[in-house]
Amino acid sequence: MKKYDITSCISYPEEGAMGKTGSWRVFRPTLDIKKCVKCLRCWIFCPEGSIKRNKDDTVEINYDYCKGCGVCANVCKVKAITMKRENEKK
Amino acid sequence: MSVMINTGNYIAAKAAVMARPQVVAAYPITPQTTLVEGIANYVESGEYTGEYICVESEHSAMTACIGASEAGSRTFTATSSHGLLLMHEMLHWAALARLPIVMCNINRVIGPGWNIWSDQNDSIAQRDTGWLQIYCSSNQEIFDTIIQSFKLAENKKIVLPVLINYDAFIISHTSMPAYIPDQEEIDDFLPPLNPAWKLDVDNPVAHGTLIGTKYYEKLRRAMHDAQQNAIKLIPKIAKDWEKQFGRNHGDLFEKYQCEDAEYILISMAAIGAESKVAIDNLRKQGIKIGLARLRIFRPFPSEEVIALGKQAELIVIDRNISIGSEGAMFNEIKSALYQQSDAKVTGFIAGLGGKDVPYGDIEKMCKKAIQGKTKNHQIWFGFKEDD
Repeated sequence: MKKYDITSCISYPEEGAMGKTGSWRVFRPTLDIKKCVKCLRCWIFCPEGSIKRNKDDTVEINYDYCKGCGVCANVCKVKAITMKRENEKK
Repeated sequence: MSVMINTGNYIAAKAAVMARPQVVAAYPITPQTTLVEGIANYVESGEYTGEYICVESEHSAMTACIGASEAGSRTFTATSSHGLLLMHEMLHWAALARLPIVMCNINRVIGPGWNIWSDQNDSIAQRDTGWLQIYCSSNQEIFDTIIQSFKLAENKKIVLPVLINYDAFIISHTSMPAYIPDQEEIDDFLPPLNPAWKLDVDNPVAHGTLIGTKYYEKLRRAMHDAQQNAIKLIPKIAKDWEKQFGRNHGDLFEKYQCEDAEYILISMAAIGAESKVAIDNLRKQGIKIGLARLRIFRPFPSEEVIALGKQAELIVIDRNISIGSEGAMFNEIKSALYQQSDAKVTGFIAGLGGKDVPYGDIEKMCKKAIQGKTKNHQIWFGFKEDD
């Protein structure tokens, strides 16, 4: 990766370049792996790249960066992802 | 080399095109209009082959330049007065993003009341944006300064935008001869831009993202250090230019009759050029006076001001006023002298709204300061209550 020798507000692409940005989440997407049909719609639509796709096409949610927007739960055809308040029992 | 007899604006257009910017984005405003018209003529004739973007406002002109510069292009624009003020937010942006944009500003009055004549309050209002500021007093100086400014802005120790200022109409619309070097000579002096950073799909970076308090001060400090570097680099580039083209308009100051001077007049831009006649006349009357025409307002050349203050009493003429305070140059000169020199400094406000400042008036101001017959340390020239 090319780095420039100048002091400006440049950030280089890496996981968490801006710090852990999932700290202000109000709703938490919860995945029921038994219902998941590996369609990967959540992985495609997550605006923050917080859905991790495994080799066997199962998915995991990265809560360090997930902001709880609910897009994944909305696009899930089989309702395997549900949104729960952060203060609810996980 | 050839000689071109034309107005300040058309000669600026020639210089801008010869610097080979890949992008020019501009919006016309009196008295800058003929500058961008000049560049448009070069597009028509095929002499300028870069991208010429006609935008819908000065704010857009500056943002287009910012985008182009971020993509690694050499960029140029020009404006005046209210146009510069409309750019203000983006001027900060360009400097903080460290983009070597070069812009001409034709100093013009701010309204209301509506007035298109010379006055420096437009550019002085941009002094804290991080842009380097240069003031020119002849068409030849404009040409030479535009080319030199690209070299200055793009230097790896600077990487800041440069604002080149000259007076509305007095310079912008007055024809004077200027020596124009051949394109090969310009190319030799000013090689293509090698950007300090750019947006590049092969080497991705994000720019202008959130930044914490821990890092923000470092950005400001780096800009400040870069401006300090320019104090050393400006004279070096001026010398390199002189070596190649045989002309030097002064670097931080243009000094005239200063060697044995007991009084030194400090002024900028067209008043600076006019002052030479006043100096000659005052010398004939036996007054040991010299002129230091300030060319570089940002970075402010404090060390050189201190040297002047140790040599002589200073007289300052400002074509601007920081309302509620003082003329900007007067203010900063005194600030530079603090604890370094006790030189007497007398300031004059003159020529606001484009009011003519002929050499006769400059002589009167100098005499008034020398005789010490001033009620205040700053005088609004021509105002009875200040006499």
